[in-house]
Amino acid sequence: MSLERTINKVLDGERLTFDEGLTLYQEAELTTLGMLGDAVRRRFHDDGVVTYIIDRNVNPTNVCITDCTFCAFYRRPGDSEAYVLPREVIYKKIDELRDAGGVQVLLQGGHHHELKTAWFAELFRDLKEHYPWLWIHGMSPPEIVHLSHIDKQPVKWVIQELMDAGLDSIPGGGAEILVDRVRDVIARKKATTDEWLDVMRDACELGLRTTATMMFGHVETLPERIEHLERLRQLQDECGVFTAFIPWTFQPDHTPMADEWLQTNKKATSHEYLRMLAFSRIYLDNFENVQSSWVTQGVKVCQVGVGIGANDFGSAMLEENVVSSAGCDNMTSIDQIERHIVDAGFTPRRRNMLYELLEPVPA
Amino acid sequence: MIDFSPDDRLIDAVGLGEIRRKVDAGERLSFDDGVKLYEHPSLSAVGALAHRVRLAKHGRTTFFNINLHIDYTNICMYSCRFCAFAAKPGEERAYLMTPDDIEARLKGFRGTDLGEVHMVAGIHPDMGYDYYLDIVRAAKRGKPDVHVKAFTMVEIDHMLKISGKSEVEVFADLREAGLGSCPGGGAEVLSDRVWRAVFMDKIGPNDWLATARKVQQNGFKMNATLLYGHVEKVPERVEHLVKLRELQDETGNFMTFIPLAFWPYNTRLQKYGDVTTGWNDMRNIAVGRLMLDNFQNVKAYWVMMTPRLAQTAQSFGANDLDGTVTEERITHDAGTTAPMLLPRDELVHLIESAGFEPVLRDTTYETLQPA
Repeated sequence: MSLERTINKVLDGERLTFDEGLTLYQEAELTTLGMLGDAVRRRFHDDGVVTYIIDRNVNPTNVCITDCTFCAFYRRPGDSEAYVLPREVIYKKIDELRDAGGVQVLLQGGHHHELKTAWFAELFRDLKEHYPWLWIHGMSPPEIVHLSHIDKQPVKWVIQELMDAGLDSIPGGGAEILVDRVRDVIARKKATTDEWLDVMRDACELGLRTTATMMFGHVETLPERIEHLERLRQLQDECGVFTAFIPWTFQPDHTPMADEWLQTNKKATSHEYLRMLAFSRIYLDNFENVQSSWVTQGVKVCQVGVGIGANDFGSAMLEENVVSSAGCDNMTSIDQIERHIVDAGFTPRRRNMLYELLEPVPA
Repeated sequence: MIDFSPDDRLIDAVGLGEIRRKVDAGERLSFDDGVKLYEHPSLSAVGALAHRVRLAKHGRTTFFNINLHIDYTNICMYSCRFCAFAAKPGEERAYLMTPDDIEARLKGFRGTDLGEVHMVAGIHPDMGYDYYLDIVRAAKRGKPDVHVKAFTMVEIDHMLKISGKSEVEVFADLREAGLGSCPGGGAEVLSDRVWRAVFMDKIGPNDWLATARKVQQNGFKMNATLLYGHVEKVPERVEHLVKLRELQDETGNFMTFIPLAFWPYNTRLQKYGDVTTGWNDMRNIAVGRLMLDNFQNVKAYWVMMTPRLAQTAQSFGANDLDGTVTEERITHDAGTTAPMLLPRDELVHLIESAGFEPVLRDTTYETLQPA
């Protein structure tokens, strides 16, 4: 009976409470969640369009002092594999991006012990000077919190400095699970839940849009996942800062926690990913866009995600270093993304970070 | 008892209410219903209908088995356009396993929990009738307790032709040699147009069905497949399902329906298409489950679908994940990205982590053992 009431609430456009969400996730079949997710997607997008963006990840440095146990990408200062990318390397990457029809760079990296706000501001100025068309989607909230510590300045000062230098939007990385119990276990030295959310609130006040992510399938409980969504939903009610929600599953290989964790756990499966994707679409009733992840799930599962609530295929990424460091090696191409969108009965369209549709490229 | 009523409003809201009422009433779906289910924009609603049938027939049980594939030769006198496996005699990649090879292979599994050997292969132009009997005997000599599931209708038809014996004698020989059942391959798409377009060298729809009838009338159980994702069109898939359903009404010895996702690499169809999509994979599982109301089991074959989609298929109508499939060659020659085998604990994990209950089965679904 209660499941039926919950389903009817969703169909009637009413908001689910935390407890209703918990019961729905625990009791509903995958296809029931899928039909509900699909219904909510249609509420936001009845144009038959599924979007994607052409961008690339540039990770300016892998040097990081946070020692997150779920991360296979970072290197400690002084490590023989530690790097800071020189300008020529970054420019070459952006040249390739331009040649592929890209519009945006996703620029994030380690919490470097020495690089200050001014270093990133100079990088952004140089990028904008060379590539005036380039949208810089950069610096996840924990990186901004880190810069505010290094520079001994408020978060708003850091964001404003970066905006003045060309920052266009802030990616939702580093959210992991926005519950401090979980963060204490996997990301003890990184921004807290409130700090992460405060960066987004400040960004909004300064006029930037951002995205929100969730990395699940590690040490968090189901109620903690829903608490994560609840915190995002509240901030979105408050200021509408988020353009999209992007969940993905923890990729454990080669991470510091892998050896111990894999003794008693397994990587979240595609079934769990799809359930969580559909559930997020249902619960986050004030988010316009939800992304399906081919990077962690492969393009086939990503396409099924479009049938259960997602309206975006994410990025035709030309480069990805973080989850691929963790043994995740799914590949795709612009052609494959478009083929899968068409095959699912939708019209593929390229977009920018604001989810504005770009003019179709002439064939 | 599962209460489906919460789903009803969702299914009806996307225009599948009429089909839902038929499914709930146990009424047979029509050809047009099949087409509608294939073409309907709501993948999750089609899946929900199939899942409801699956739950009614099997609850949360998902079957799996411990099996070994032996593709005993790739030498084939036919040249089907969708095949990357076949080789001509003398080609460098051509191979033929002798009965001794097969016996040795099975001996290696003595003392293990291997329950089934699945043997299918090319149609060798020179091997005589006795070779087929010998390789079955060799498998049984290698591991006497193994169930030999061997020979598609293409191979059976070939044996009937070259044996110089009657149908009854051939099946008696096969039974005596140790054959337990037949796999469902070689049906491809039971449509004359598709047959003429891509596999006209070998037996067509009518002969496949006639041979399957003979196999079942002579006391063997068998499976049925559908090779989708190449040149076939939706109505041709539905035609295929209707033909299987009609024969099953008559014979009743089809155990399992297995949609097979086409892999195009290294085949002559490569330039016309691509690997099947997740939607297509889930859709074929779901529509198969809904149309084939007289089939007990629907299997998600992870070698072709990939393990991720096979796991998901359990919520779209599938109640069987095939087996460990040690050493498959045919789909690997056509470029599948799936591994060569799945260890038993990984199969069990794919089932349990999707909320289902793994049950180890034998080939004919008679001996069942919760894992």
